[in-house]
Amino acid sequence: MSALSDNLVTFAILAYLVAMIGHAVEYALGNARTRTAAAAPVRELVGAGGPVPTSPAPIAPSGGDGRSKRRARLAGLIAVGATAVAAVLHLAALVTRGLAADRMPWGNMYEFVLTVTFIGVAAWLVVLWNRPSLRKLGLFLTLVMVLLVATAELVLYVPIVPLVPALNSYWFVIHVSTIVFASGIFLLGVVPAVGFLMRNGYEHGKRSFPYSLAKRLPGAVGLERLTFALHAFAFPIFTFAVIAGAIWAEAAWGRPWGWDPKETWAFISWVVYAGYLHARATPSVKRNVATWIAVLGFLTMLMNLFGVNIFFTGLHSYGGLN
Amino acid sequence: MTIVDDRPETVAPAPRRRPNRLLALLRNSWRQLTSMRTALILLFLLAVAAIPGSVLPQRGISPEKVNQYFVDHPDWAPRLDRIGAFEVFGSVWFSAIYLLLFTSLIGCITPRLRDHFRALRSRPPAAPKRMARLPQHAVLPAPPGGVEAIAEVLRKRRWRVEVRGNQVSAEKGYLKETGNLLFHTSLIAVLIGVGLGSWYGWSGNRLLVAGADNSFCNTRQQYAEAKLGPRVNSADLPRFCLRLDDFQARFLDSGQPEFFNATVTVDGPDEPTRSANFSVNAPLRLNDASVYLLGHGYAPVIRYTDRFGNSQISDEPFLTTGDMGLTSEGLAAFPDANVDPATGKRAPDEQMAFTGIYLPTAPEQPPMVRSQYPTERNPVLNLVAYRGNLGLDAGIPTSIYKLDQRQVRTGKVKEVGTKLLRKGETWTLDDGTTVEFLGTERYVTLSIRHDPGATPLLISCGFLLVGLMGSLFGRRRRVWFRVTSSDPAEGSPTGGSSLVEAGGLPRTDYPGFAEEFAQLVAAVSGADRPAAGADSGDRAGVREGAE
Ligand code: HEM
Repeated sequence: MSALSDNLVTFAILAYLVAMIGHAVEYALGNARTRTAAAAPVRELVGAGGPVPTSPAPIAPSGGDGRSKRRARLAGLIAVGATAVAAVLHLAALVTRGLAADRMPWGNMYEFVLTVTFIGVAAWLVVLWNRPSLRKLGLFLTLVMVLLVATAELVLYVPIVPLVPALNSYWFVIHVSTIVFASGIFLLGVVPAVGFLMRNGYEHGKRSFPYSLAKRLPGAVGLERLTFALHAFAFPIFTFAVIAGAIWAEAAWGRPWGWDPKETWAFISWVVYAGYLHARATPSVKRNVATWIAVLGFLTMLMNLFGVNIFFTGLHSYGGLN
Repeated sequence: MTIVDDRPETVAPAPRRRPNRLLALLRNSWRQLTSMRTALILLFLLAVAAIPGSVLPQRGISPEKVNQYFVDHPDWAPRLDRIGAFEVFGSVWFSAIYLLLFTSLIGCITPRLRDHFRALRSRPPAAPKRMARLPQHAVLPAPPGGVEAIAEVLRKRRWRVEVRGNQVSAEKGYLKETGNLLFHTSLIAVLIGVGLGSWYGWSGNRLLVAGADNSFCNTRQQYAEAKLGPRVNSADLPRFCLRLDDFQARFLDSGQPEFFNATVTVDGPDEPTRSANFSVNAPLRLNDASVYLLGHGYAPVIRYTDRFGNSQISDEPFLTTGDMGLTSEGLAAFPDANVDPATGKRAPDEQMAFTGIYLPTAPEQPPMVRSQYPTERNPVLNLVAYRGNLGLDAGIPTSIYKLDQRQVRTGKVKEVGTKLLRKGETWTLDDGTTVEFLGTERYVTLSIRHDPGATPLLISCGFLLVGLMGSLFGRRRRVWFRVTSSDPAEGSPTGGSSLVEAGGLPRTDYPGFAEEFAQLVAAVSGADRPAAGADSGDRAGVREGAE
């Protein structure tokens, strides 16, 4: 069962790679089409204003653009299909791992990263289902997935062991499941955040390297909204998770909060995300500044996920690297 | 500018008598401090200030590591120490940041509390003159019941409704501000809970060896280290005693622990006598204290029989060295050895001490320095015997776990041999005295604490969460309906009967408002689709935050 889980992870990574390539192909073909479209500006005008008013596509498909457009669309759909397949494999890997270990698969960093990334991709599919126009963000999402899942498999992998007694508590399940869930949503949230930062620059006339990538992305306003919606959804869950962690820490170590490195970084992330929500509610702070704070928040989450387990030693014994 | 900066007119009713510079300065600084921008900066500073607390070792968590840091970085450490880098979360600068932040917070929410309290009691405001300018706008035929029918539809949908003549004003989503204020107030309550805990709480750590002779009573003297909050006296500690009756542990083949359970007898004036079990994650809850199981180990029982045939027993705990196999080190000291029973005269140079390494599961082959498994599969005690003046009478506090090395260095204590002992074995020393390894007792490491802030903390966290959700998911918005007699020039679809003009204003970021408004209008007109205004698009979002 454990070996099956490991294989499933490998297949999931491959499927994410396929999805990423699909998105890249769609992207490249789309670029080619834009060039032809630019030569015929009339056509572009016809297509302006897609069916989704909150996120107007920059150059909405107007029909009659021929083969490359159809091919681009096909590549995009294949990419989405591959992402869905990858998500199923990913879930199966988690389930088999949990069955093999006879517990929830959140006992160490490897399993933790695997679960966070799964939540991220599942939430992505939900978002995509509701807003198909966001499909082009899939390139960033699959890139993140490939990087994180591959890191998990290559660097963080550990064989299955049962939990140490300190982790054997129902607060463990509550705390870790909510942390994982919130992290997954934050992970997904960073995709439109980065997309927004690039697109926003693009819409303000920047055409240099990272911004030029944003040409084919959905409109900045919609991306920014999505960023906020995901963060606003994840933040209370994260808050709850931290509180649950404090309740658990009280039972296990005798103090709800002890500034152990993991706790310190959770505090830092929480404060940074609170700062993001604040910044977004402050009219005098520009939206791209606020969004940068959200990205910073995610970096602190990554620091907690990887850095703290690797660089510092604390009471949180589920790092599983030493 | 910011929400708070917009307030001054209402806050200061311009006492235009004598322009006091100092007052003006104070008022300005206060306004600056309570602005959203300042709050943002302080939040950011708080996050940055917490980073050194995770990078550098902290006294509160691992004092040994701080000492090690002083050894490793003799030039840096004192400087860092001076700025509080080893006690970040109690340092002046960290405290300054969060105290400023909370001052800002109080200054920010007090006027908002007042305003919100007023808003809760006031009625939805009258409709603006030109409703066509609102983000949402629609014109529809008047429903049969007129104004009252419209009000009824809104009330059913839990809007707060006010009817004024031919117009209906309605507002919804007070929960947002309520939640926001509840959230921020709970933050203050959380801080108070933490403060209560550190002022009125106490804690101590203690090793407890199994057996009736080793029972422990909750007094300050019996703790190796105790921390009492500034408002706690030694006399305030609840009186109870604990005796460790049994300790069970189960391990996997890899040595990883799987299960712990400690059985103790509790009694004392403040506690009913009883037997109780507790474990990691399931502390023992007493009336005014909780007992947490932090660790465990072995206390070798060593009997020394001196030249006069007197026997003494030591069962001091040996401290674990941190490996999986519970390799432990410790000291068995016999300062009263070799006292002549006839004269009762002490022989300070004939004191005995044994330092030892205990391996619960010794390897088959030497070197016997590391235990291979945490339970006693092949227990071996490796002793080094010392004779001389142990320095215990000198009044200098010495560890009960380590031999005073000064006495060894000055030659007052001399090593007289080493020996590997298994359970039950006896070692006869050069002077004919004997030492026996009788067996081991289990001991547990306990943390005993009382935190009166914990319950308030938990309750405020509950409110904090509820408030946060209300704040994040609540949406304040207003709608107005005005019934007008039709104007034939506009070409009324109903031909001569009244029309209703409807307008909607989301007061917070709410992309779905257009849809809600459309549904509302449909419900009011009793029809499926309203004649919605053309401008019901993206403008909803542009107004957010601009209170
Ligand atoms: C102790 C530090 C603080 C923390 C952790 C904190 C956290 C938060 C969070 C997470 C939100 C988002 C909820 C929402 O969007 O409704 C929020 C909103 C808000 N905070 Fe704070 N806050 C703090 C201090 C302050 C201070 C000092 C002020 C006043 C200057 C303030 C004013 C506000 C306002 C006005 C909102 C509502 C924004 C909106 O319209 O949505 N907060 N705060």
